[in-house]
Amino acid sequence: MMEKVLRILEEDCRVPIDEIAQRLGITEDEVNKLIAEAEESGAILGYGAIVNWAKVRPDRVYAFISISAHPEHNIGFDEVARRIARFPEVHSLYLVSGTHDLTVVVEADDFREIASFVAERLAPIQGVQSTATSFVLKGYKLEGRMIDSGDGPQRLAVSP
Amino acid sequence: MSGGSRIRVASHIAALPPSGIRRFFDLVSGMEDVVSLGVGEPDFSTPWRISDAAIEALQRGYTSYTSNLGMLPLRSAIADYLRTEFGVEYNPETEILVTNGVSEGLDLAARALLEPGDEVLVAEPCYVSYKATVSLAGGVPVVVETRAEEEFRLRPEALEAALTDRTRAVLLGYPNNPTGAIMTREDLLPVAEFAARHGLAVLSDEIYAHLRYEGQHTCFASLPGMRGQTLLFNGFSKAYAMTGWRLGYVCGPEEIIGAMNRIHSYTALCASILAQFGAIEALHHCQHERDEMIDAYNQRRRFLVNGLRAIGLECFEPLGAFYAFPSIKSTGLDDEEFAEALLEEEKVAVIPGRAFGESGKGHVRCCYATSMSDLRTALERMAAFLDRLPRQV
Repeated sequence: MMEKVLRILEEDCRVPIDEIAQRLGITEDEVNKLIAEAEESGAILGYGAIVNWAKVRPDRVYAFISISAHPEHNIGFDEVARRIARFPEVHSLYLVSGTHDLTVVVEADDFREIASFVAERLAPIQGVQSTATSFVLKGYKLEGRMIDSGDGPQRLAVSP
Repeated sequence: MSGGSRIRVASHIAALPPSGIRRFFDLVSGMEDVVSLGVGEPDFSTPWRISDAAIEALQRGYTSYTSNLGMLPLRSAIADYLRTEFGVEYNPETEILVTNGVSEGLDLAARALLEPGDEVLVAEPCYVSYKATVSLAGGVPVVVETRAEEEFRLRPEALEAALTDRTRAVLLGYPNNPTGAIMTREDLLPVAEFAARHGLAVLSDEIYAHLRYEGQHTCFASLPGMRGQTLLFNGFSKAYAMTGWRLGYVCGPEEIIGAMNRIHSYTALCASILAQFGAIEALHHCQHERDEMIDAYNQRRRFLVNGLRAIGLECFEPLGAFYAFPSIKSTGLDDEEFAEALLEEEKVAVIPGRAFGESGKGHVRCCYATSMSDLRTALERMAAFLDRLPRQV
């Protein structure tokens, strides 16, 4: 049931509690309790709109930065990852498998800002071996939503 | 020997009444901003991997006819699916025919089984094509009414009362369009006994088999002794959101499937090969997508039924398909007046129950395969509409 509540909120976090309760066939108290639990455990990190910033600030720049790093004894990549994550420019950060270790999504006002972030902030961090920066040219899908895919087909308003 | 034109529409076609929803369709068509609960199909697009499989087939040059019966890999996948999900066994070589939707399958069955004047007991309210299909094949549809008080389940007493020497078959569709009613195994057993007692064919339209929100669907052919007397109709439209692909299938005894395939080979040749590729993908890899859609329908079902009751309409618990079928008798309007006024005043489209047969009167069909935001808006508008009606004593 927890998963179902989270799925509904993930889809639209403005759905009223009574509606969630009706849809799942449970009481509002139960819904509130599950949400409180999820907030408490950190399963819900926050409630935000999914903004396609390209619509509002077309000049805003995103980049994926692939980082190779030195793991540290006992703590692996956690220390260096947390250090990088604290920068406000960092939108999201993952430890990944493959040719490099960390993938950082960075957002900034222009290319130069990202260039200087990489050169002056990221690269000098102890444990960071190398970086490779890929700038986002165009987005097609964001958080499970298609971007600008046009109007979908219309169903007939009445059918048997 | 000269004279006027000899071109005319055949009289039995000219006399065929248009589907009950046709008039309503015309009313809605000219209007803007209509929130429609009047559809009979999923609001989801087909799961992408099904579409992708069809695109892949097209790219690889699969653009030919297939076997009349349908591609063997598809028929085998259907046989596996029916065995695993519903415990019925069909030989994919001889007992399964892939059709252009259930509609074609029903047409083939009626034409293969009926002599002029043969009667078919049709459980009503029902899908709009049932009676016309029987008539077009030269048969006579005999309506067997089901009632709201019995949650629109088919009772053997009603069947007995309608039985004559000319009765050849029973045609039923559960989970039901338009009522959302279901028949449990216990409900179906007496119908099976009735069919066995009188040697009747049972045409069981199970297109909504997966859209069950409580308990498990019972396949009619799985009932004791029924496999040899049943034609099982199913397809991909509802469970896999593939209405526009036009792909269904019918399973039954070899002799009848063979006869149906003979008609099919002349009139349709085969179902679209691209749709068949999509369907194979659906059966092999899309249970998860299917179940997610069904879960979404279930949430909307609870929301709509609660909402309809909250605004004062009596609504039995629909446990299948994706329709609620509330009674609007308390409003003092009949179902056609209600649906037309609701459309004109609040721009919400619902279908008058009578479109599905006389026994549907006093009800309207509301489809909840509709986005949550449309369901919310529809309920708000319906509440406003009901508030303005003079209160019934």
